[in-house]
Amino acid sequence: MTAAALPEARGRFAQTLADMWASRPAKKLRRDRFALVCLSVIALYALVALLVATGLIGSDFADRIAPNYTPPNNESWKHWLGTDRQGRSIIVRMLYSTKVAFGVGFVSALIGATVGTLMGGVAGYYGKRLDAAVVWLYSTIQSIPNLLLLIALSYAVSQWLGRGILVVYVAFGATFWVGPCRVVRGEVLKLRESEYVQAARAMGYSNARILLLHILPNTMHLVLVYFALLFVGAIKSEVILSYLGLGVQGEPSWGVMINQSRAELISGYYWQIGAATVAMFGLVLCFNVFADALQDALDPKSL
Amino acid sequence: MFAYVVRRLLGGIPIILGVTLITFLLLNVVGGDPALQMAGKSATEADIQALRAEYGLDKPLFYQYLDYLKQVVTLDFGRSFKTKEPVADMIRAQVGPSLSLTLPALIATSILAVSIGLIAASFRQRVLDRGLMALSVMGMSISFLVYIVVGQYALAFQLRAFQIHGYDSDLVGRWQYLILPIIVLVVVGLGYDTRFYRSVLVEEITRDHVTTAIAKGAAPVRVLTRHVLRNALIPIITRIMISLPFLVTGSLLLESFFGIPGLGAQLLDAIDSADFPVIRALTLLISVLFVVTTVLNDVLYAVVDPRVRLE
Repeated sequence: MTAAALPEARGRFAQTLADMWASRPAKKLRRDRFALVCLSVIALYALVALLVATGLIGSDFADRIAPNYTPPNNESWKHWLGTDRQGRSIIVRMLYSTKVAFGVGFVSALIGATVGTLMGGVAGYYGKRLDAAVVWLYSTIQSIPNLLLLIALSYAVSQWLGRGILVVYVAFGATFWVGPCRVVRGEVLKLRESEYVQAARAMGYSNARILLLHILPNTMHLVLVYFALLFVGAIKSEVILSYLGLGVQGEPSWGVMINQSRAELISGYYWQIGAATVAMFGLVLCFNVFADALQDALDPKSL
Repeated sequence: MFAYVVRRLLGGIPIILGVTLITFLLLNVVGGDPALQMAGKSATEADIQALRAEYGLDKPLFYQYLDYLKQVVTLDFGRSFKTKEPVADMIRAQVGPSLSLTLPALIATSILAVSIGLIAASFRQRVLDRGLMALSVMGMSISFLVYIVVGQYALAFQLRAFQIHGYDSDLVGRWQYLILPIIVLVVVGLGYDTRFYRSVLVEEITRDHVTTAIAKGAAPVRVLTRHVLRNALIPIITRIMISLPFLVTGSLLLESFFGIPGLGAQLLDAIDSADFPVIRALTLLISVLFVVTTVLNDVLYAVVDPRVRLE
């Protein structure tokens, strides 16, 4: 790229963003006040995750600040939600977990959506044997219970990589692509025959170019919704992997916290499970509602 | 019809082969060495070698896979590595508790979800509909584990309404243990199902023929059952049929939490102890059921919708 081409490319990017902002779905989304509230809450969570990632808060999640199981009190903000069985601040651990949740959700959803889109795109566009192979692969995966596959995969992978967050990524990535793949494949099958794609073919563009630049961008509305759903799915499944000891290791996550507090409720220590549940509920609820609004806004049938 | 069913069932063979391949790859190639687990900590290298030879784990991978396929074809899955019992006997003993948990839960969830979906669809875009949908999303946003823990605490520990843990193989006695996990299972699934059925029913209820039926003065109940529900049968049946094969393994988490001796708890245990024969047999069982119910599902289409031709 020459020096002169760079500002031009930048201008085109800005133009694309402006187009997106002015598009009908974006306008519709901006009018949906409920969706905007949810988006703000997600942004707030993201901010907390960012603050944790930069080390500004939460790096002291392992420090003992008070006796074990101190109930919530007003001594300092770190005592607001009490302490756990090792006297560690619940609120700090809860905030720190936000970073873990964003990490798990974002990476898993990104892997799942990217792999799914590419596989679905290739299968739908090229058809024939390639399509048969992809369809066979996802039909096979679908006929194994999701949780069973997730757990078996995590166990198997943890023999190689050791337990920890990497196993979570691999297990989620390997199972999450199925949903977006099916949807994208179906859409590509439709788009493949449309006039603008035939025009692109008549212009002599390569198959890869047509698929990547002309077809797949037009499936992004579906992928976007799936991304939000996978994000939520990852956060929720991490709790279950944590229960089995296959989840995040060495740092707190909402799953780790909920699992730690399983036996505490009977002794009346409600604050740990309460804090983790409410924190997770807020983020997952907002993602769910926003995904719905996104789907409504992007649905070409609704005006 | 018969030819159709046979052809479709044969078409499922690649999927079943795929499942055997994935289980094999996961267990024998990526997973741990079951001989190490079986032998225990005090075993010598010779003991471990002997165990590997006994279970054919020292053969080249390709031959191990052939052994596995032979088991699949002869439907003989051998004995569990852990308990040394024949796998078939274990499955026979444990499928009952699993189904007693999941079947009532599926029935209750489906009836509730379709009814709530029907109510929401009738009052679409109104306060009642929005409230029900908000509740559904909220229900979906709480962790499975929290439902279990809080359910056990509030209903079984505080109210003493149910047993916390355990099982009774007696046909009547088992319910005092099963009701709470069934409630949890219903609550966990209700949000998803209600939303799904609502969207299906809204699509049907906004069709012109329904408007006509209302306009000509048909009773509301008749409109809902004859004109709306009947036309929505295909997606409803599909959703129920698709979940049928997975009922067999019960619920991995609920069974281990509530001490129900079903296949779900067995599976978790088998994964934990690298009990290959059990995992293989169960995943295969589910995938075969999956193929069969998919075919059955398409046959049912033709039954409920005379326009559908099976070819």
